[in-house]
Amino acid sequence: MSFWKRFATNRGAVIGLIILLAVVTIAILAPVIYPGGPWKMVQRPFLVPFTNEALPLGTDTLGRNVAAGLVHGARVSLLVGLVSTVMALLIGVPLGALAGFYGGYVDEGAMRFTEFFQTIPNFALAIVLVAILQPTLGSITLAIAIVSWPPVARLVRAEVMSLKRREFVEAAHLAGLSNIRILVSEVLPNAVSPIIVMASLMVATAILLESSLSFLGLGDPNIMSWGYMIGAARTVIRSAWWLSFFPGLAILLTVLALNLIGEGLNDAFNPHLKKGRT
Amino acid sequence: MSDPILSIEQLTIDLPAGADRPHAVEEVSFDLNKGEVLCVVGESGSGKSMTANALMGLLPDGVTVGNGRAVFDGTDVLTLSEVQKQALRGARIGMIFQEPMTALNPLMRIGDQISEVFAAHNLYSKSERRARALALVKEVGLPDPEKIIRAYPFQLSGGQRQRAMIAMALALEPEILIADEPTTALDVTTQAQILRLILALRDKHGMAVMFITHDFGVVAEIADRVIVMRHGRIVEAGVAKRVLEAPQHEYTRALLDAIPTGTVPDLATVNTAPALEIQHLNKIYRTGGGPFRAAREVRAVNDVSLTIAKGEVLGLVGESGSGKSTLGRAVVRLVTPDSGKVLIGGVDLAALDERELRKQRHRVQMVFQDPYASLNPRHRIVRSLSDGPIAKGVPKRQAHKRALELLEIVGLGADAATRFPHEFSGGQRQRIGIARALAMDPELIIADEAVSALDVSIQAQVLELLADLRRKMGLSILFITHDLRVAAQVCDRIAVMQHGRLVEVGPVREVFHAPKEAYTRELLAAVPGAGWAVDKEDAIA
Amino acid sequence: MSLLTTILGRLIKAAITLLTIAVLNFFLIHAAPGDPAAVLAGEAGAADPLFIAQLRERFGLDQPLCVQLWSYVKNVLTLDLGYSFRQGMPVYDLIASRLPATLLLTLSSFIISLSLGIAFGVAAAARVGKASDSLLTTLALLFYATPLYWAALMAVLVFSVQLGWLPGFGYETVGSGYTGLARAWDILQHLILPAMTLGLFFMAVYMRMTRASMLEVSQMDFVKTARAKGLSGPVIRRRHILRNALLPVVTLAGLQAGQLIGGAVLTETVFAWPGIGRLMFESLEARDYNTILGVFLVSAAMVIVFNILTDIVYRIVDPRIGAKT
Repeated sequence: MSFWKRFATNRGAVIGLIILLAVVTIAILAPVIYPGGPWKMVQRPFLVPFTNEALPLGTDTLGRNVAAGLVHGARVSLLVGLVSTVMALLIGVPLGALAGFYGGYVDEGAMRFTEFFQTIPNFALAIVLVAILQPTLGSITLAIAIVSWPPVARLVRAEVMSLKRREFVEAAHLAGLSNIRILVSEVLPNAVSPIIVMASLMVATAILLESSLSFLGLGDPNIMSWGYMIGAARTVIRSAWWLSFFPGLAILLTVLALNLIGEGLNDAFNPHLKKGRT
Repeated sequence: MSDPILSIEQLTIDLPAGADRPHAVEEVSFDLNKGEVLCVVGESGSGKSMTANALMGLLPDGVTVGNGRAVFDGTDVLTLSEVQKQALRGARIGMIFQEPMTALNPLMRIGDQISEVFAAHNLYSKSERRARALALVKEVGLPDPEKIIRAYPFQLSGGQRQRAMIAMALALEPEILIADEPTTALDVTTQAQILRLILALRDKHGMAVMFITHDFGVVAEIADRVIVMRHGRIVEAGVAKRVLEAPQHEYTRALLDAIPTGTVPDLATVNTAPALEIQHLNKIYRTGGGPFRAAREVRAVNDVSLTIAKGEVLGLVGESGSGKSTLGRAVVRLVTPDSGKVLIGGVDLAALDERELRKQRHRVQMVFQDPYASLNPRHRIVRSLSDGPIAKGVPKRQAHKRALELLEIVGLGADAATRFPHEFSGGQRQRIGIARALAMDPELIIADEAVSALDVSIQAQVLELLADLRRKMGLSILFITHDLRVAAQVCDRIAVMQHGRLVEVGPVREVFHAPKEAYTRELLAAVPGAGWAVDKEDAIA
Repeated sequence: MSLLTTILGRLIKAAITLLTIAVLNFFLIHAAPGDPAAVLAGEAGAADPLFIAQLRERFGLDQPLCVQLWSYVKNVLTLDLGYSFRQGMPVYDLIASRLPATLLLTLSSFIISLSLGIAFGVAAAARVGKASDSLLTTLALLFYATPLYWAALMAVLVFSVQLGWLPGFGYETVGSGYTGLARAWDILQHLILPAMTLGLFFMAVYMRMTRASMLEVSQMDFVKTARAKGLSGPVIRRRHILRNALLPVVTLAGLQAGQLIGGAVLTETVFAWPGIGRLMFESLEARDYNTILGVFLVSAAMVIVFNILTDIVYRIVDPRIGAKT
């Protein structure tokens, strides 16, 4: 069975993919759907949802369109999730690969460094970093990348360590290939599948982290995000439930979709493994 | 002896949909007699283990008994309820498995794991269970029983763990003991001890033993009767002596012929110019060691000197942990020796730095053990065969052309070049591995357990290929193996290693027929079916 | 290696880690935009240049960086975490007064999530492929994707605002004057929602891990041995599979401790729980960097203590660790 066929047999993964594609489409089309942007006051504040056709999800404390906020908020969630994951991979993959491949002192040093970052409570570190660097899209992305690379480094290290003892890698040494070439063309390509699976789960985690930071008021003040919407509505939860409910649902669905996709990829990459591994 | 304690009638075991064949076992019928050792022999996929698992009610998920009966003491054990099967398992039918390393619970003390058998069948008081566990540990010949029952599995050697497994299986004196390749993972000397133990226990307790194996040497050692299985069917059955000496079915004959016999070849005329000279080679492994703990040292290779002449095949034999693999890997510099010289074509490989070494790598190549791990799953065969020569400076076109030629030479055909490793069987991959080594035009080839992972019939074909290539190309080979029969068949000289030291080196005939060292004699005596092989050899001669 | 030397080794490592975090903190202060003195004073309250000058002198901010670093680290080592000008008291005292509430919350949350997670994981693995397994796995998948703070808000909405079953705000009923058992009962009621919502995500994590681990271990050879002995299914699950399956869960639980403490910032914020997480949130709003960094350091210390505890548990459960000869 081909990879995509195996992926498609996993119902959850297909549902996840559909949800994610929908969110991505909405994010791309946000300026078309709500050209006015999310910040404009369009109606009286606290408009209850499903009462006004033009504003299906009601308005917030300042009379802004909740639906517009959701649509525009999708952009920052996906963007931060994706970019911070790429950054984390750029730190974690080379570090883990070098540590696993060269072993010895390189490994010792790299792993002590990684361990240090794993010991620090990562959400607290992200808060401190964003607070000190001032909340901007860049600092948020950077902070999330900084707290999320250690698992990547560990995974890649473990994969490389097991791969480098495989006989085909030893054969490549005997063929006189250089270390770097062996690492890049023999070892790493065989470690790609677990990295992809982990990356899809990391995007999910990054979206949760971004929303949590925004919820605490550490979002970029110029950009509408789901976490910010919930944070701003926190104090009015008793009177206006919908202000926190809908953005939260959006986060949940997006994160769920990515997790489902991650599991589907994992099963499709490892057809011999039983379902249900984390 | 015709006192069946177990009768299997028309047993068919179904595989789940999508498997490579519909049945694991098809219409198999045989009897197991009281007090006899019945060997079920076959290559991988023959259905021999499935048959045993079906009797125990331990078939893997998705695999089911399709048809047939297995009558034990008047009842069909295949139709029993799970609770009834539980009462049977351990109490009246005991079982031991192949991997003693993983077959014991790592978190439980040995004594508890034995006592548990009594607990499972609600027998005896707590203190009596302990006393019986202790007695069992003594009976299976484990040293220091008081200490052993308090030990955890990781503190025991492989052979000791298998003894502990046997103690558990025998705890309730079952009428039948099923042994599923119980010695395959063990060294020869340990294997010999375990086989002796099983025979002794059979004599003492009079239980019937169903012994599953792929090794005719083991069969010759212990079997009263033999069943040969292939593709889920019985192809031959009979008294052991008859099957071994006068096999009726051609598959049995082929299997027996495929076994290296220990026939010692005449000494080849050996060129005196050396292909490899190892001088005083040392390699020490240090493990552990930290701020609070002293490092542990293992002398994997201890002052070894050895020469291989041009065109010679030298067999390097020894048990696991003897250092034979480390020596081979030190020669190709996958391991850097601590001291000593490895001279190939006048170049000391042990002394080269990284950059120089890369240029000299082609002088010695290796054929690896595991056919499934030795080829990059993401590269086409042609790439695996030509990356090395291209790195060495051979033009790409020429390297590809040579790769195709080599695939023809090893008997695969040039069309194999564009395919991926997963499209080939184990034996075919091993041929590709050989072609890859040849592609570098090496002065020496190291074959590290190169046929150990293969079924006997495939093993024979690959050995044939090696012998053929050697004749045609005048290859010099260091042939590392734990299997003395294989070594005897393909080598000119034999070197025996133990604990990192070279114990004995000499022409095959001398080492096998007039070993000088005690350890060599011990090793030879442990080879299963040694006596039978000698008979067979004489018969051929 | 004996247990004692392990603990000793871990303590040394812990000290190094904390020292490194102190150094990191120091550089973070200097990385913040603007005058470090102003940063230390808190932006808004630092308008007075005289005050800034005093600070500069007190912290030696005119001196070379390495001298400043040394005095900063020395202060941290003597538990002097600076002064919160916002709250008008030393950061150490501030944190010490808030810590018990956080410990209560995170520990109860940890115990709830671990015990329920393992129980559900075992239950799901025992019924693998059946409807109840699907239900449990789906729920775990949902909780795993739910933002902590949102779950907390929704819990307040449902259980406190709509149903009125439980208080959704604070640590205890203010001005009630409860003492003794009555007070404990009052605090317990306040604790339920925060502890449950904080534990929800982690429960999902532990459940998924336990289930996967149970399934994996049940394929192992020694389980077949146990069946061949004639043991019954429940005994095999309890004695052979569960114990082995819990090892990776213990490791994971140790690793997740940091996340739990990070999550407390969110939960405490929603429930106005007077712990160090809430303190961090308040300090964020007030840009009180001294307090933020202090909380950061203390939470890292908590994680380290926790990791040492899991290490000890692991060694007790697994005889192989540390007993190798």
